[in-house]
Amino acid sequence: MPKPASLTNEGIPLSKAGFRGGVHPPSFKEATRASQTVTAPLPERLFIPMSQHLGAPCAASVSVGDRVERGQVIGDVDAMVSAPIHSPVAGEVAAIGTQLTPGGQRVPTVEIVPDEEQDFESFVPVPEADDPRDIVRAAGIVGLGGAAFPSHVKLRPPHDMPIDTVILNGCECESFLTCDDRLMRERPERVVAGARHIKDIVGASRVVIGIEDNKPEAYQSVSARAGGDVEVLSLPTAYPQGAEKQLIWTVLGKEVPRGKLPAATGALVHNVATAVAIADAIEHRRPLMERIVTVTGSVERPANYLALFGTPVELLIETSGGLSANVGRVIAGGPMTGAALADLSVPVVKGTSGVVALESGQTAPAVSDDQPCIRCARCADACPISLEPFAIGVYANRGDWDGSEVYRALDCIECGCCSYVCPTRRPLVQLIRRAKHALMQRGSRP
Amino acid sequence: MQEAATTPRPQIASCPHLAAKESAPDIMLWVVGALAPAAVWAVWNMGSTAGTVFIVSIVSCLGTEALWNYLAKRPQTLMDWSALVTAILLAMTLPPRTPWWMVLAGGVVAIGLGKMLFGGLGWNLFNPALVGRAMITISWAGVLAVQKVPGGWFQGIDVAETGGLDAINGATRLAIAAADRAAEGGYGFDLGAQFEPLLFRNLEGCIGEVSAALLILGGLVLILKGIIDWRIPAGYIGTVAVLSGLCGSQGFLDEAIFNVLAGGVLLGAFFMATDYVTSPMTKTGRLVFACGCGLINCVGRFYGPMPESTTFAILFMNGLVPLIDRSLRPRTYGWVSKRE
Repeated sequence: MPKPASLTNEGIPLSKAGFRGGVHPPSFKEATRASQTVTAPLPERLFIPMSQHLGAPCAASVSVGDRVERGQVIGDVDAMVSAPIHSPVAGEVAAIGTQLTPGGQRVPTVEIVPDEEQDFESFVPVPEADDPRDIVRAAGIVGLGGAAFPSHVKLRPPHDMPIDTVILNGCECESFLTCDDRLMRERPERVVAGARHIKDIVGASRVVIGIEDNKPEAYQSVSARAGGDVEVLSLPTAYPQGAEKQLIWTVLGKEVPRGKLPAATGALVHNVATAVAIADAIEHRRPLMERIVTVTGSVERPANYLALFGTPVELLIETSGGLSANVGRVIAGGPMTGAALADLSVPVVKGTSGVVALESGQTAPAVSDDQPCIRCARCADACPISLEPFAIGVYANRGDWDGSEVYRALDCIECGCCSYVCPTRRPLVQLIRRAKHALMQRGSRP
Repeated sequence: MQEAATTPRPQIASCPHLAAKESAPDIMLWVVGALAPAAVWAVWNMGSTAGTVFIVSIVSCLGTEALWNYLAKRPQTLMDWSALVTAILLAMTLPPRTPWWMVLAGGVVAIGLGKMLFGGLGWNLFNPALVGRAMITISWAGVLAVQKVPGGWFQGIDVAETGGLDAINGATRLAIAAADRAAEGGYGFDLGAQFEPLLFRNLEGCIGEVSAALLILGGLVLILKGIIDWRIPAGYIGTVAVLSGLCGSQGFLDEAIFNVLAGGVLLGAFFMATDYVTSPMTKTGRLVFACGCGLINCVGRFYGPMPESTTFAILFMNGLVPLIDRSLRPRTYGWVSKRE
C-alpha cells in the first residue's frame, strides 16, 4: 500500500503504534467494569422496531394476535443490505404501531406481550445453509459496536479485494461503556471462536484482536484462549481507537484510501460482540435476540445487563435504581457518538451498547455559535483524519459548501474530537455534518 | 414511569456530549499566570514607574474593549481575558518611564485598531499588543530611544560599568552593541559578563526584559501545559541564536546567548509569536513562521537602523500567516499517492 514509510508498524512492537490525533476523555468505566453481566427483567411488553440496522427496513411478517416463538422471524425484507428481526420471547403480538427508536426515527414497531413462563434456553433455530454468510444473515446479525451495519454484507468483500487480516475490535474506546469488556472477560472462548469463523469465511490468513490497554483483564482472558492464527494486541487507550480507519492504521499501519472500502487494505474489521453472535449463529444456529447493555452514569446502581431487544430503556434505568435528580442528558450509546434520548420509553435495539445518564454539569454545553474561533488549532491536532475542522466550520457556518469541500469535509468520520477539545465550544463536528449533508445532497462523494 | 415525575425532562443535544475542561478564558488566565513572575519582578525592581505602565495599560485595553462593545451593541467580551493578556504584554514591551498618556494611546490602538476593528478576538491579523507598541515606536521614537536610567532607590546599570559611553547614556546593551557595530569597533563591554544581569536583574530596556530566566520559566510552563506549541519558541530562539552566532564578531557562543537574552526575543518568542490568533495553525507552518520571525529579527538587529526589531519581525510574519496556513496544509488520512 502506498504510504509514508515512517507510518508503518514494521520493526516496532505493535502496541507502541497509534493513530494520529485523538483525545483522552475521562473513562468513567470504573463504575461498571467489575459488574458481572446480569439478566435484565422481562418487560411487560416488548417494542421491536422493524429497522434496527443500516439499510432497508424490514416489513413485519406477523399480524396482531399471532403467537410468536422465541427466535421466530417477525420482520424481514428482500434486500441485500438488511437483516431480519426475531422475536426474543415467546408471546403474542399485541399491536403493530410506530415507535421512536434510540436513533430518533419513528418506525413501524411490533409490540409483543411475552408469556409469563419463558424458556430462555430454547429458540427457533435459523435455517441451515451451505454458505455461512446466509446463516449470518438469517440470524439477523449486524455490527454490535453501534453502527449496526448488516454483517453478512461485510463478509462479502469485493472479489478484487482479498482479505488477509481480520481485525476484531475490542477497543471500546468510548467512555462509560464496558459491555465489550465484560463480554471479553466472561466469554473469551466465544470471541476467539467467532474470530476463527470470520477468518474462515473470508479466507484470511490471520486474526488480530485489538484491545485497549485500559482493559488488562479482557486482554489476559482473550489471550489465554488465543494462539496460532489468532493474535491479541494491546493498543494504546485513546478515542477513537475503535473507529475502523484508525484501528486499521494502528494495527496494520495502513490507510484506507479515500472513497474505498476498508477491504482495500486487505483488512476486515468486526466488533467482538458481533464475532460472538456470528459464532453462536454458525455453531448453534442461534438468532440475534439480545445484547449486553451498559447502564451507567448518574443512576443509583450502574450495571451491565443482558437485555432482550425491545426492552424499554426506562425499565433498565428503573432496574438500576432510577436516575439521580441532576441528570442532564440520557445517552443511547457512548457519550462521544451516542444519541441523546428525548423519550426514555424507546427500546433497546441491536446497536444499543449503553445507556449513559450524564449529570447536567458534566455535559458539553448545548451547542451555540456565539463564541469565536481563537485559532488554537486544538481541533486540527485532535482530528484523527488530519482535517482542519476550524476551517470547515467557518465555511459551513456561511453555507459555503464549496469551501467546505475544499477543506475535505467529506472525509470527516464524525468522531467528535474537534468539538470535544474546542476551548470556545464551537459546534465543529455539527457544522461539518451539516456541510457533509449538503454536499452529499448535491452529489459530491468522497 | 415513576422517575419521569421526579426528574426533569432530559436535555436533547447533538453528540459529542462531553467536552474537554479547558476553555478559552482558562487558557488566557494561564498566559497571564505565566507572565506574572516576570511582571511582578519588574515592578518590584523598577518601582512605581513600571507599576503605572501596567495599570494604565490594563485600564486602557479593557476600557477600549468594553467601550467598543458597548458602542457596537455587542455582548461584552472582557471575561474571555484576552484583553488582559494584550494589556500585560503591551506594558511589558514598553520602558518603565513611558509617559502614561503614551501607554493610554498604545492601549487604545492595540485593542481598537489591532483587534476590535478586525472583528474582535479570533479575527485580527496582527498581534494587538505589538500593534500598540509599533504605533508608539513610530510616533514617539525619540522618547523611547533616550531612556534615562532612572535614579533613586533602585540600582541601574551604571554608565561607568558600560565603558563610559556618555553619548548614549542609559541606552540598552543592544543599543550600545548596535552603535559599536556601526562604529566598526569591538563592543564597549564584555558579552559574557552580561549574561547574569540579563537573566536575573536587568534594569535597562523594557519592563519585560528584567529577567530572561523568569520569561523562560513562564514559557516552559505554557509548553508543558500544552498551551503553546514548543515549535514557535524553539524555532524563533534557535534561529536567533544561530544567526547571531554567525553574524556577530565576538565568538559564536557569546553572540548567540547574548542576542537571545537581550532585548525582546524571549518575550516575543514565548508570548507574542505564540498568540493563537496571529500564528499558523499547522505544526510545520509554526516552524516556518518562527524561523521567519528569528530571521527578520536578526537581520534587523545586525543590519537595520534600529537596535531592536522584534516587534516588526513578528508583525511582518503575522501578515504571512494566511499564506503559510494555505500553503502548508496537513496530509489528510486516505489521500494516498497513486503509485502502482
